[in-house]
Amino acid sequence: MSSQSFSGLSLFWRSLSSHRGWQTQWRKPEPKARYDAVIVGGGGHGLGAAYYLAKEHGLTNIAVLEKGWIGGGNTGRNTTIIRSNYLFDESAALYDHSLKLWENLSQALNYNVMFSPRGVMMLAHTVHDIQVFKRHVHANRCNGVDNEWLEPAEAKEFCPPLNIEGNIRYPVLGAALQRRGGTARHDAVAWGYARAADALGVDIIENCEVTGIRRDARGAVEALETTRGVIQSRKVGVSAAGHSSVIMALAGVHVPLESYPLQALVSEPVKPVFPCVVMSNTIHAYISQSDKGELVIGAGTDAYTSYTQRGALHINTHTLDAICELFPHFRRLRMLRNWGGIVDVTPDRSPIIAKTPVPGLYVNCGWGTGGFKATPGSAHVFAWTIARDEPHPINAPFTIERFRDGYLIDEAAAAAVAH
Amino acid sequence: MLLIVCPYCGKRPEIEFTYGGQAHLARPVQPSQLDDQAWAEFLYMRANTKGIYAERWRHSRGCGRFFNALRDTTTDHFLAFYKTGEAQPALSGSGASPTPRESTT
Repeated sequence: MSSQSFSGLSLFWRSLSSHRGWQTQWRKPEPKARYDAVIVGGGGHGLGAAYYLAKEHGLTNIAVLEKGWIGGGNTGRNTTIIRSNYLFDESAALYDHSLKLWENLSQALNYNVMFSPRGVMMLAHTVHDIQVFKRHVHANRCNGVDNEWLEPAEAKEFCPPLNIEGNIRYPVLGAALQRRGGTARHDAVAWGYARAADALGVDIIENCEVTGIRRDARGAVEALETTRGVIQSRKVGVSAAGHSSVIMALAGVHVPLESYPLQALVSEPVKPVFPCVVMSNTIHAYISQSDKGELVIGAGTDAYTSYTQRGALHINTHTLDAICELFPHFRRLRMLRNWGGIVDVTPDRSPIIAKTPVPGLYVNCGWGTGGFKATPGSAHVFAWTIARDEPHPINAPFTIERFRDGYLIDEAAAAAVAH
Repeated sequence: MLLIVCPYCGKRPEIEFTYGGQAHLARPVQPSQLDDQAWAEFLYMRANTKGIYAERWRHSRGCGRFFNALRDTTTDHFLAFYKTGEAQPALSGSGASPTPRESTT
């Protein structure tokens, strides 16, 4: 695969033959009978974990099992927002670890993930929002994470389409801005990790659903039963997003997760009109503009647990009501399509990246509505946890046992989102 | 949007209701007797079933009452609605989703 390294020169060279010479980006191998480690779930987190296992821990006889196709789950369904301005020390360390990896990810993977640190601005609409965001700003500064408070006029200067008039239902009273935050091309993240992992010898096996987890007399993981046969492995990392609790139940492990539909939608493509990312947690509106020109809009979760990858239209229209008040000149834009993904939500809205009570079984789940931003950092520490059978210091607090022991990392109460 | 049949008011749109999560969870009679693991199980662990799920709804913008429902979380089709305190209805057959899709959704 290294012969297919991307550079300006290789693009020019291939253009001379009308770009016909490119090969597929990763192999389609048949599953082997035995691997040293298997990752369940071929999204960004799972592929990234396989890449870092191979790159940094020297494990190359590994496979990623994906029940559908690469990047067809939440990696390809999210609104691509990247930021790290979380309140608690544990969260700030994890998400900022990720943000630092994002900054050099294209170079590390030799694949343009189109990371664009265009700034993420979170709007405050109530006195409570102002207090919470200012607390975030101060906490972030203590942790070395950039975040600054903007008055409404400053927010409008940063994002000119924003309506800061006082006559709307939830007027803008200020904003918290993380300038290092931004977006990346979500598909490219999955493809880039898949290509880089494949080049290091990782087998990426699509259309392969895990249907059972075999354990030995000691209780340790021994093999996976899949729709493409039995695969032996002593180390299994589960990175299955909305289906994490289903997979973990196969090994008899109960995780505190509930799976909800989360919807997003895009508008018809228009010329560049929107310079940054704007989030409004209070009224559930998340908006940015893709390089294709579509406005990418995220809504809130539906009310009920479900595995259907679709949700109710009133959730989207509620978000569009908010968008139209905040950005009045988008009122006549037509929406192109909408979709849903299934997100696994923990009681404290922080993820679980940990060993489990079953020896050899590891889990990376509970990312809820905001897992994309954490992709590189999560994958990096998950690979460490699998390879060394102990957590990296960054993910050590993100255990399953924290719910038993009372060490919640309660970003839910910290108003990452109005629940 | 789901169409939900309140056992007291009849068929209404989802926006009249509030979701109440997994049904039939009883608060432990003597919480002080539980160890941390059992208490965590009660507080945080939910079945999160992929398939037929017994759940609570509240008709919060109607009669205000809680009731229970059986829903298939792989299709979002409701199989039964029943009042709080009533036993979970047995489904015909062996528990596979038997009820035909409602034509109005």
